[in-house]
Amino acid sequence: MKHEILEKNSILLLIGILLVVAIGGAVEIAPLFWVNGTVEKVQGMRPYTPLELEGRNIYVREGCYVCHSQMIRSLRDEVERYGHYSLAAESMYDHPFQWGSERTGPDLARVGGKYSDGWHREHLIDPRAVVPESIMPPYAFLFAKPLDYRDIAAELKTNKAVGVPYTADQIANAKADIEAQADPNSDGIDAFRKRYPNAQARDFDDNPKEITEGDALIAYLQMLGTLVDFKTYHANAPENRR
Amino acid sequence: MQSATTSSPLRLDLAIIPAILIAGFFAALVEAAKSPDSAMVMQAWTFAACMAGTVIWYLVTYADGIPKDEQSGYANDVIKAGVIASMFWGIAGMAVGLIIALQLSFPHLFYFPDLPWTNFGRMRPLHTSAVIFAFGGNALIATSFYVVQRTCRARLFGGSLPWFVFWGYNTFIVMAGTGYLEGITQSREYAEPEWYADIWLTLVWVSYLVVFLGTIIKRKEPHIYVANWFYLAFIVTIAMLHLVNNMAVPVSPLETKSFSLFSGVQDALTQWWYGHNAVGFFLTAGFLGIMYYFIPKRAERPIYSYRLSIIHFWTLIFIYIWAGPHHLLYTALPEWAQTLGMTFSVILWMPSWGGMINGLMTLSGAWDKLRTDPVIRMLVVSVAFYGMSTFEGPVMSVKTVNALSHYTNWTIGHVHSGALGWVGYVTFGALYCLVPWLWKKQRLYSNALVEWHFWISTLGIVLYITSMWVAGIMQGLMWRAYNDYGFLEYSFVEIVQAMHPYYIIRAAGGALYLTGVLIMAYNLWMTVRKGAPLVVAAPEPRVPDSAPAIQALPAGAVS
Repeated sequence: MKHEILEKNSILLLIGILLVVAIGGAVEIAPLFWVNGTVEKVQGMRPYTPLELEGRNIYVREGCYVCHSQMIRSLRDEVERYGHYSLAAESMYDHPFQWGSERTGPDLARVGGKYSDGWHREHLIDPRAVVPESIMPPYAFLFAKPLDYRDIAAELKTNKAVGVPYTADQIANAKADIEAQADPNSDGIDAFRKRYPNAQARDFDDNPKEITEGDALIAYLQMLGTLVDFKTYHANAPENRR
Repeated sequence: MQSATTSSPLRLDLAIIPAILIAGFFAALVEAAKSPDSAMVMQAWTFAACMAGTVIWYLVTYADGIPKDEQSGYANDVIKAGVIASMFWGIAGMAVGLIIALQLSFPHLFYFPDLPWTNFGRMRPLHTSAVIFAFGGNALIATSFYVVQRTCRARLFGGSLPWFVFWGYNTFIVMAGTGYLEGITQSREYAEPEWYADIWLTLVWVSYLVVFLGTIIKRKEPHIYVANWFYLAFIVTIAMLHLVNNMAVPVSPLETKSFSLFSGVQDALTQWWYGHNAVGFFLTAGFLGIMYYFIPKRAERPIYSYRLSIIHFWTLIFIYIWAGPHHLLYTALPEWAQTLGMTFSVILWMPSWGGMINGLMTLSGAWDKLRTDPVIRMLVVSVAFYGMSTFEGPVMSVKTVNALSHYTNWTIGHVHSGALGWVGYVTFGALYCLVPWLWKKQRLYSNALVEWHFWISTLGIVLYITSMWVAGIMQGLMWRAYNDYGFLEYSFVEIVQAMHPYYIIRAAGGALYLTGVLIMAYNLWMTVRKGAPLVVAAPEPRVPDSAPAIQALPAGAVS
């Protein structure tokens, strides 16, 4: 073919470019939506509780993903340092994903349950008070700021629209569930536990007077990587081989 | 406005664009009045102010009929505006980069607990967007407008539409930047702005395509010049990437927050398909357009090989798109996709170096200019850095290397050898060319200052990338180090501590680079203000005094 044809016809050149640049993405991305086994079948995954979702929004807002990954690679030292390598299933309800690209700070994919709520609070307020060598920014303001969860039902609904299986019951009670999860002595706690089995409910920031942004963020951090039941997941089973 | 339409009966652009701006202004007012989300209210006022400013600009510019610039052969004023904006955002973006580098070096000095917007997590996207999209983007828009007119021998298409592209694009930049500080982000790297800013950018970008393609269509040259292929691929592909990667559902039209359409592994690959090709098409194809015009022009030599240009172009744009998965090696991304990504990344080395050779060899027969013209030296060194980082990239995408390099500062070093060395220098070279050309000056105010800029910023780059190489490789090795008992040797924070000296060296390198850019801004400013005008542009004939006559004598004749 003579290249001259393209050089003299702008529309043909445009179409040529579009065709050439469309191929790679189409071949690599599209199959991820329909190839079986892209996302493993696991026990234990559930959508975020409303409080965890609010915490996740704060994690995104503050740009935590800029320094912290949430993706443990299948390398020996990483598995020993952070725990079982991350499964695709563990971020299946993450809109968007938070895998990150840098580890200026440590990976957080399985940070849930590793430290106490009190440690998280002190560390977020002044990282260098707990870890003198830390270079993390301070987040004291999170604990002075009441959590704004007026629109939480709409957020759950939006998540449902993009594929997270929230039930009508969960959406209708989103506000009540936030209040219940942050105060285990409240009346709504039984209904909350029914809607989100295995979710942790307590006053995360140790401030019974109000639900702060700190409550939400710690609730999110404390559940990270704790959902999948690895007793029932066998990496070498044929369906999990990739 | 009235007189504007009298001289030319049908000016659709002067009716439609102000109408869009005014509609945008009122939509923003409604948003500001109704939104329960304080961040959205701030954004709405910012947008309203940008719209009002642009409308006022239209009123002032077209108040006395069609401005002079629109009646001359080529549109130059919009390019001048782009040059100024690029310079301004470059300084701003690099200054923010320096601040966040200092935050990592001296956290007890540069963090302010009561000012959440000064935290690293919010300033880092401000830095990346300001240098990539504000500094680089304005440079690309300005140079593409310059190049497409000269190589097509046609005025920019669309009347005042190029101005809408300029103001609209910078409105996007302001929305994005102020949004990050407010904490508004999609958390998609290099695509952080939320849904409403993305919609606005789509409108601006389509206008950009219309201007660029429209100019090519009405060209008087039979052939479309190679630089324009690259610019066109950049514009079209960025449009595709932007649309797919930003698919999201807003919580409400009155709120900033949205949730992406995809999740987890699919979302990750979509994002890095975007992210890597923002590098490939924004930071590479676009700037190759600059290379293919400004190097031959400045060296006064033709492009080294026409055939290589064709091969370079088509292979580069075909292969780049596949390379995204190399950001996700050893992750939960399926193995086949990882392997494809790595394979194409390694292959990508070839077209990249083809382009480098084409750029460098264009100097055949003009190598002496490297000694005499610091501007061409800057352009050539940029191509050398392009070659270096496009070799480093394929190396880092090999799985076993990536196992060490991923998540470390090596990546930061790699990005900056491309950003400071290639994108920065090729842009500086183009701006040093453009300012005298556009403002009709004989030459730059000072070549000596260009030399100072060149050497100070080169030293800055060397400090930056070497410190990050050492830091990154050390970091990767320390993470995986085992002691004699088979336990991990270092705790995470010990490794953070080990980075300290390198973070300081990096900040010093960044400070030097910024110093160079400040010198450049001064030099360009003085060129515009004090530079000797081109003789042909002299407004009135003057009686020559005796001085030029003496200068006209051949050198040596006087002595």
